[in-house]
Amino acid sequence: MLLAAHLLGVAVLPAVARRLGSRVFLAGAIVPAAVLVWAAVQAPSIADGGSLVQAVEWVPGLGLDLRLRLDGFALLFVFLISGIGLAVFVYSRWYMRTDPANGRLAATLLAFAGAMIGLVVSDNLLALFVFWELTTVTSFLLIGSQDTDADARSAALQALLTTGVGGLAMLAGFILLGLQAGTFTLSELLAKPPSGVVTSVALVLVLAGALTKSAQVPFHSWLPRAMAAPTPVSAYLHSATMVKAGVFVIARFAPVFGEVAVWRPIVVTAGLASMFVGGYRALRQHDLKLLLAFGTVSQLGLLVVLFGLGTPQATFAGCALLLAHAAFKAGLFLTVGVVDHQAKTRDLRLLDGMARKMPALSVAAGICAASMAGVPPLLGFVAKELALEGVVAPDAPQRVLIGALVVVGAMLTVAYSARFQLGAFGRGRPGPDRPVDRPPRPFVAPVAILAAITVVCGLFPATLDWLVQAAAGSLGAVPDSYLALWHGVNLPLLLSAVSLAGGAVLIAVRARLEAAQDAMPTVPSADRAYDGLVDGLLRRAADATGLMQNGSLPVYLAVILLTVVTVPAAALLLDPRWPQALALAHTPLQGFVGAVAAVAAIVACRQGRRFSAVLLLGVVGYAMAGLFVIHGAPDLALTQLVIETLLVVVFMLVLRRLPDEFPPRNRHSSLVAASVALVVAAFVFVFSLLSTASRSTPPVSDAYLERAQPEAGGRNVVNVVLVDFRGLDTLGEITVLAVAAVGVVMLVRGRRHEDVGQP
Amino acid sequence: MKRSVILDRCVRAEFHTLVLISLFLLFAGHNQPGGGFVGGLVAGAALGLRFLAGGIDEVQQAARFHPFAIIGAGLLLGAATALVPLAIGDQLLRSAKATVDLPVVGSVHLSSSLVFDAGVYLVVVGLVLLMLRALGEPDDGGSDREVVG
Repeated sequence: MLLAAHLLGVAVLPAVARRLGSRVFLAGAIVPAAVLVWAAVQAPSIADGGSLVQAVEWVPGLGLDLRLRLDGFALLFVFLISGIGLAVFVYSRWYMRTDPANGRLAATLLAFAGAMIGLVVSDNLLALFVFWELTTVTSFLLIGSQDTDADARSAALQALLTTGVGGLAMLAGFILLGLQAGTFTLSELLAKPPSGVVTSVALVLVLAGALTKSAQVPFHSWLPRAMAAPTPVSAYLHSATMVKAGVFVIARFAPVFGEVAVWRPIVVTAGLASMFVGGYRALRQHDLKLLLAFGTVSQLGLLVVLFGLGTPQATFAGCALLLAHAAFKAGLFLTVGVVDHQAKTRDLRLLDGMARKMPALSVAAGICAASMAGVPPLLGFVAKELALEGVVAPDAPQRVLIGALVVVGAMLTVAYSARFQLGAFGRGRPGPDRPVDRPPRPFVAPVAILAAITVVCGLFPATLDWLVQAAAGSLGAVPDSYLALWHGVNLPLLLSAVSLAGGAVLIAVRARLEAAQDAMPTVPSADRAYDGLVDGLLRRAADATGLMQNGSLPVYLAVILLTVVTVPAAALLLDPRWPQALALAHTPLQGFVGAVAAVAAIVACRQGRRFSAVLLLGVVGYAMAGLFVIHGAPDLALTQLVIETLLVVVFMLVLRRLPDEFPPRNRHSSLVAASVALVVAAFVFVFSLLSTASRSTPPVSDAYLERAQPEAGGRNVVNVVLVDFRGLDTLGEITVLAVAAVGVVMLVRGRRHEDVGQP
Repeated sequence: MKRSVILDRCVRAEFHTLVLISLFLLFAGHNQPGGGFVGGLVAGAALGLRFLAGGIDEVQQAARFHPFAIIGAGLLLGAATALVPLAIGDQLLRSAKATVDLPVVGSVHLSSSLVFDAGVYLVVVGLVLLMLRALGEPDDGGSDREVVG
């Protein structure tokens, strides 16, 4: 029902877009608002550990059904998707200029939201994959929505390729897992997990999908480039929803498969690397949006580490951080949108004194940035405390290492949070004062509300505790922890203080740090690796095409014919069944007609002029028709006759465009052609001889003959077969025929226009 | 293009007979040699004759609809015949043979497969027209090139 609401919205929005202008986004906001209300109604029963299941059979034979299951973790995501979605839709009404494409954008955004909700509630691996790919496709459309911009197009393509390839790997992984477990239902699979080498391989494939989607190192480069999208889209896709789909899958699998040997090294390494690379590179960005994008890579890394560990504590922390991150990161993205919209730049070196010009925004953004940095008493701080608590376990040495790296990551986070806030609202490079209009209040409202949520939930974490508990609970994690501002003086608090202090140091030396980063030799970036890969692939493909398709019709024909000969001939030689009796001809007439056809064919081959060759081929065709008549198949004969006539006419038309004579042939090539022809002829001869002799079951035509009159009411069996028994085949054939003919005609015409049109 | 008066007249006289024959083949097809495919081809051949006698103008005069429209109409007819049983509650795929034929009305064999065949007929006629048009346009590429170049 929820998905249907999205579908309806998708269908309606473009239609009303013209009349509403950019208010179409407000109309679109109705859907996430409704979903939010619905989720809130369902929440109490799910918080008790229950779940809502709805199943629709789809293709039961393939194990495909649309089983939807809303449990605590899915509910958390539904809240995120619809909540942030609501904010983004309201915000877009002021961000987007009036544009006929708005309807399309709003509809795509809504389609994306629907796909995302489908992804989190589907309880079937294959359905999950379908929704997964739907988010990939819709996000491609959203990133590339400014389709006149080459950058946006290539960024969209990169996102599509990277996440698409990952998605395909994931599909393979899902199929392997499903076959191993004997079920494609997610909850059953997780209840009875398979094991073994195949499972490990499957998990690696699934992880490939999850990590590409969540922009983890080394697949992260698509995310910063995807910032070519309109800012509300970035806020939605790249902070709250799509990039978290990978995290979602990891979280679902980790409690069960966390103990499989391949799981933790991959997940934790990728997560930590992303955390570090993202944080480091965020520190040297001048574009506010890029800064946030690299920040997202970093935060997603932390989320991947937390969920990937699969321990109850870490999972619980992950759920909390998921909420906190969505709130502050969406708020910050929306802030960049306002700044960009009002000041016409996102370069933090050019922005100056924005705090004075947009005080409310600067305060709200400051709260979000502080939350990102993990400053108490905000939601980000609560989540970070839990994260540190979840990661650090003093008894295991590698956990100490992970904990230390997380603290370093937190320092970087503090530093780039400050860089964002100071860059956007602090003093910039002295220069001409930019005229900046005060943004309208509703434009800032979503940011303010997100900031308020951050503060309230930080001060009173109990308001969120039930949701996070339910989410973690449905992942099988019942931690002995709870959301609280003050856990007492303990190790996490200490580490939190260390990270804040370290971050403060990084801020203090930021000018020198930036210089040092610029002075560093540029490491080979993943972005360049992607470009190289795509370029190389295209070049190889062009080479291969050139090799396979050299443009010579005789070569194509020879390859096709020899394949025809080789494959069935091999089968024929393995089990030849020679006929009992061979009759050269059933009637003398048959022999005569056959001889005519043979002579005509031989003479046709020796013609130097195209015209006479075509006529002689016509003779061969007519002789075939004669053979059909002798065999008592007037229908076939009639068809053959008319076809031959038409063919000669069409050949004439074609010949007008060709030289009168065949090009002179050299001995060598005609020898090759002759031998290919002879081999094919010999094969066809033997094959038809043997195939008529090796019939073991009664021919199907008997049944047709019997049924034609009573069932289809026709005496002409050939026609009855065409229009009744195999009617669908005929329908398909005429469709193919029509499409092929239209294509050929277009090619002929296009060729001619090309010739004429290009001076 | 030089036109022969005798050929011109003969073809014009024969054209309608040929079309009639093609229609006969279409209608008779269920019980005797014929059917939509052959019928369409005969009609196409008739058009081809017109073409040989009078060039592409003659063909366009004989068949005023655009080939794409004719092909489209044929496909639509075929698809509709296939889908109608579905709409009235029968299966499309499996029982095409059972649903496509209707009970015999009077002494005339009238079955819905005739409609389907008519679709095939139209597609074939459209295809022949398309070919005649595409290949039979006056070959002016060379002269144009000189003008443009």
